[in-house]
Amino acid sequence: MDASERIAGTSRVEEPSSGADIPVTRIEPTRGWASLQLGELWRYRELLYFLTWRDIKVRYKQTALGASWAIIQPFFTMIVFSLFFGHLARIPSEGIPYPIFSYAALVPWTFFANGLNLASNSLVQNSNMISKVYFPRLAMPIATVLGGAVDFALAFLVLLAMMLYYGIAPGAEAVVVVPLFLLAFATALGVGLWLSALNVRYRDIRYAVPFLVQFWLFATPIAYPSNLLHEPWRTLFGLNPMAGVVEGFRWALLGAGTSPGPMIAASVAASVIILVSGAFYFRRLERSFADEI
Amino acid sequence: MSDVAIRVEDLSKTYRIELGRARYETLREALVHGAMKPVSFVRRRFAGGDGKVSDEHLVAALRGVSFELPQGQVLGLIGHNGAGKTTLLKILSRITEPSGGHAEIRGRVGSLLEVGTGFHPELTGRENVFLNGAILGMTKREIERKFDDIVAFADVERFVDTPVKRYSTGMHMRLAFAVAAFLEPEILLVDEVLAVGDAAFQRRCLGKMGEVRNEGRTVVLVSHNLAAIEALADRAIWLGSGRVVEDSDPHSCVTRYLSAQRGDGHTAALGDGVLSSVRIFDPEHPGSSAIRTGSAVCIEATITLRSALAYPRLRYELHSSRGVFVATLDTWLQLPMEEYPERLEAGIHRIATTIPMLNLVPDRYHVGVRVMAHRDVVEEIQDAFVLEVEEGDFFGTGRPPRTHHGVAALEAHWDLESTP
Repeated sequence: MDASERIAGTSRVEEPSSGADIPVTRIEPTRGWASLQLGELWRYRELLYFLTWRDIKVRYKQTALGASWAIIQPFFTMIVFSLFFGHLARIPSEGIPYPIFSYAALVPWTFFANGLNLASNSLVQNSNMISKVYFPRLAMPIATVLGGAVDFALAFLVLLAMMLYYGIAPGAEAVVVVPLFLLAFATALGVGLWLSALNVRYRDIRYAVPFLVQFWLFATPIAYPSNLLHEPWRTLFGLNPMAGVVEGFRWALLGAGTSPGPMIAASVAASVIILVSGAFYFRRLERSFADEI
Repeated sequence: MSDVAIRVEDLSKTYRIELGRARYETLREALVHGAMKPVSFVRRRFAGGDGKVSDEHLVAALRGVSFELPQGQVLGLIGHNGAGKTTLLKILSRITEPSGGHAEIRGRVGSLLEVGTGFHPELTGRENVFLNGAILGMTKREIERKFDDIVAFADVERFVDTPVKRYSTGMHMRLAFAVAAFLEPEILLVDEVLAVGDAAFQRRCLGKMGEVRNEGRTVVLVSHNLAAIEALADRAIWLGSGRVVEDSDPHSCVTRYLSAQRGDGHTAALGDGVLSSVRIFDPEHPGSSAIRTGSAVCIEATITLRSALAYPRLRYELHSSRGVFVATLDTWLQLPMEEYPERLEAGIHRIATTIPMLNLVPDRYHVGVRVMAHRDVVEEIQDAFVLEVEEGDFFGTGRPPRTHHGVAALEAHWDLESTP
């Protein structure tokens, strides 16, 4: 046997010379931390595509309102927030009309909250696939979070319409929305990876997630601006990655005065840590998924 | 060594099983236990500490299995439920990891532990073909190329754009199997998929599997249908309690597997249901225990009724040792209307079924019994007893029909007419 084939884990090693395209798979027990096998995930990109496509297709099947749910959720939350926080509690909104101030934050937030929620349950929901076929398990939560992108786009269109209504024209900094969206995606996926892997063993997660999302909503400056806090607390607030995303959205699209640079930097750092640790933790637990699910 | 497709060395797998859950006598106990759960969880995690589980909670599914499968060979895996067949397939298809040993696989693997994995009821037939194909490891282009064939094989052309939740069970199964049947990996792992679908479709699937064999693909096939194993495999491995019991050609492997299953005589006590016992004997030689091809057979069932049974119906189903459904004996099929009892009163009834001349070849037939009231099943016992048939001079020629002559011996007249 070729020495190069002796790679720990169930790995695929391409033959070096003879039998050019016969892949050799070695199957043996693995221990401890495993590599992420991103190359293999790439080979399964078509499956990732089909899983995402399935999630999008199925999401609003047999609902009367269909895809309008993607808009209803953040829009009605915005109305409630405007009524109670904006109108009654008179929470400051940096000089921006309160409805659009909260809606601009609710658009990425809804994407994050739904993605996190669905990703946490993705493995358990697809337990049949987990126990009957092989594929890189990472594809499951990734596809689930990606599936929310369509909803995000729909809600974002409404945001653009509202900007038109309020006469807000964004500058060139609006392009920052793209990396901010990726930041929200990475955060939802990172937390989703932790929770989905834990959910396989402890179904408590299913009940804990709605709580977590609710607390997180109030720990994120959605109904209120983050400049209620003074530095350095405001930057530290950015350790909640969604705080950076939300403040970034307001700055990029609504021209909110406070430049959230340091805050976003803290958010990126926190998000990367959550995502990388989540991916490794997921891979570590992955080997027992089929047995425990 | 490069033409070895699968090499398995000393492969083992242990599962951790959950401890028997404590039963709660009262609601109060259940509530206390539930409330203490977080506490005891934390205590277990941090006090005992090393996270190791004592041996009693481990179940070995595979214990040191080794074999080599050359490229192009079809291997049949047989054994009782729980012998480790499916676990072995799951390890080879990388769904689960082994606990010890290793395996090496050369080639692209396609595994079929279930047909229709990932089928979504809300999606149309077309969408499900693509989704299921991708899940089984086909590329989009590959599916596009085979799409028409898949749909034609499944015979659902008219419904490709209907959501599969509107499909009948048969259509659903056929479509799911069709996708799988067009899978073209170098190595195919198949688990008990022939158990599904109607008989005609099963035959087509067997045909399709036969093609697979001709294409020189390496296949590992798990089935309880021993006849299918004999027909399709080049080699068979019998797994028992996680070990290789026998590894040989399919015929001798199956034969030895069958003879190892304990016979249970000719009277079966069936417990305290409606059917109390069943006795099989040769009415012409009541003393002898042997039943031969060509002899008369009487099956006597004892039925104990606590209340009356309207339109009683008794049915026996015979399966050969290789899993072939051979015959049905049924009062409703075989009794003329005017002889049919409308009612059986409470009490003990003996029902004797006599076959004047048994025309089955020697084999061990598994017999299932069913008691019905009109259309309702009152009691059903699958595999109630075994009817062991020995060689008998059915034709009166001194040359008895044997197992390899088929299933049934048929009386026939032979006429010769010659023209010079």
